[in-house]
Amino acid sequence: MYGGGYIHDDQKKKTDITAEDPALLAEFEARIARGEKIEPRDWMPAEYRRQLIRMIEQHAHSEIIGALPEGTWITRAPGFRRKLALMAKVQDEVGHAQLLYSAAETLGKSREDMINDLINGKSKYSNVFNYPSKTWADVAVIGFLIDAAAIVNQVANSKGSYGPYCRALERICYEESFHLKQGHSIFVYLATGTPTQRAMVQDALNRWWQPIMHFFGPSDKMSQHTETLMRWKVKMASNDDMRQQFLNMYVPKIREVGIVIPDPNLRKNPETNMWEFTEPDWNEFYEVIKGNGPCNAERLAVRRAAEDNGAWVRAALRKADQHYVTPLA
Amino acid sequence: MFNKETLDAVRLLLLFQADDHLIIGHRNSEWTGLGPILEEDIAFSSIAQDKIGHALGLYSILNENLGEADPDTLAFMRNETDFTSSHLVELPIGEYDFSLVRHLFFDLAAHIRFEDLATSAFDPVAKLARKVKGEIKYHVFHANTFIKQLGHGSEESKARLQSAINQNFGLALGMFESFEGEQLLIDQGIYKGEAAIREAWLGEVQAVLLEAGLKMPDASKVEPVLGGRKGFHTEYLQPLLDEMTEVFRVDPAAEW
Repeated sequence: MYGGGYIHDDQKKKTDITAEDPALLAEFEARIARGEKIEPRDWMPAEYRRQLIRMIEQHAHSEIIGALPEGTWITRAPGFRRKLALMAKVQDEVGHAQLLYSAAETLGKSREDMINDLINGKSKYSNVFNYPSKTWADVAVIGFLIDAAAIVNQVANSKGSYGPYCRALERICYEESFHLKQGHSIFVYLATGTPTQRAMVQDALNRWWQPIMHFFGPSDKMSQHTETLMRWKVKMASNDDMRQQFLNMYVPKIREVGIVIPDPNLRKNPETNMWEFTEPDWNEFYEVIKGNGPCNAERLAVRRAAEDNGAWVRAALRKADQHYVTPLA
Repeated sequence: MFNKETLDAVRLLLLFQADDHLIIGHRNSEWTGLGPILEEDIAFSSIAQDKIGHALGLYSILNENLGEADPDTLAFMRNETDFTSSHLVELPIGEYDFSLVRHLFFDLAAHIRFEDLATSAFDPVAKLARKVKGEIKYHVFHANTFIKQLGHGSEESKARLQSAINQNFGLALGMFESFEGEQLLIDQGIYKGEAAIREAWLGEVQAVLLEAGLKMPDASKVEPVLGGRKGFHTEYLQPLLDEMTEVFRVDPAAEW
């Protein structure tokens, strides 16, 4: 699901594009402009490589961390149908992490290094997974709306320039569309169910609406200069455009089952044809990125414990005569 | 075509297996997001889904052919003492060594059972078993592969596996608890019975452990941990059921 719409970048790590060979850079940019895909062995600017590793890695981390808030409901899912569907869904997400780590590895960073950076807090993942999933209705909201938001983002990115990432995303989006159906089905059953069920899903949406509005990142007016990334087809759509697209598609689906979106100012302006809404609290957004969200510490602690507990398995499986080979996904 | 006593024995057989599959599926699903490597996370989750699916298939036969309640009611509404799971499947996932050894013990037994049931004179079971055994083949393949790799892995992995095998062997033998009416099933070609399944299982476990460089405990010196089939359970089952039914019990009449 779950690639964060917003891609955190530490500006201090930026590399200088002007240091690249001008002829190679021109040819690289011309290839992208012609719509060609860049493959692992092709020449690429250092900054392109860095940006892609960062983006794909963060996406992969989001998949495995995202498995935690939903995974905790597998053992509590009500009935065989929901239990089996949720198990399959969360398993898909972990499978996406596997695909994405492989895609990132083609750029020269090993899965082990990426996971170490995750558990050491150096590498980020989507902010939405730093919020708790308190009730079964959270499974509905995550599966329906956060997967939907991720699909908006990933369908755009699947038309990007880096071949292995695009191919991984195509497969991921195909599976995500089933996840969205699963989430939507739970959402509809709760929204049209008993008063208790309705209250559960309304409460879940009330809690998740702000993280959902955060999902695509701050307005492009507020966010960093992304011109080069757009030209290189690393970033394929603006934060504002994706958020508008999401609201267009999903606000009616939420309202049609009688669930109220907790923003009195949310409306589509008939003149501009754009959605207007209350700006979510962006300070909170940056605080969560910094590690101060409600569940950051817990999520990383769980991931760290899983890595620690599994260390003896990984060590035993490693053969002394094996060498690391970068995959060509 | 079968008399009441025979059908009662079929009911027990199916309930034991359904409960075991439900509970081990539930336990294996707890590895989701926590596996030692991503590939194992995915494998355990996949196996767990199959187990829950097999439990559903077995409960469905109980419902459709033997007049029991529907599968959701059987799985989510019964009391702890009505469950017939063996103690082996009830234990928490613990560390990966325990979960892997349990997976080997359980799936070798399940494979032998469903191979046998595939030719059962009770048609609904035979039909289900023919489908299920094809899936369990891969579970066994997975367990064997990892037991062999880790058995020949490091000193630590070998020691951990051996210790998990020794500590849990009696629990594993508890899967083969005999039950009332078993002989009727044997006589009528419905099932070959727990003693025969156990014998075949001992042979298969021995073969895998030998290849993995691990030692087989002497079954004649290990006391089987019994009672599960009669509703006596470990302290771990009730909390598992509380968790499993937490949402369902909010309103059992509601559609979820």
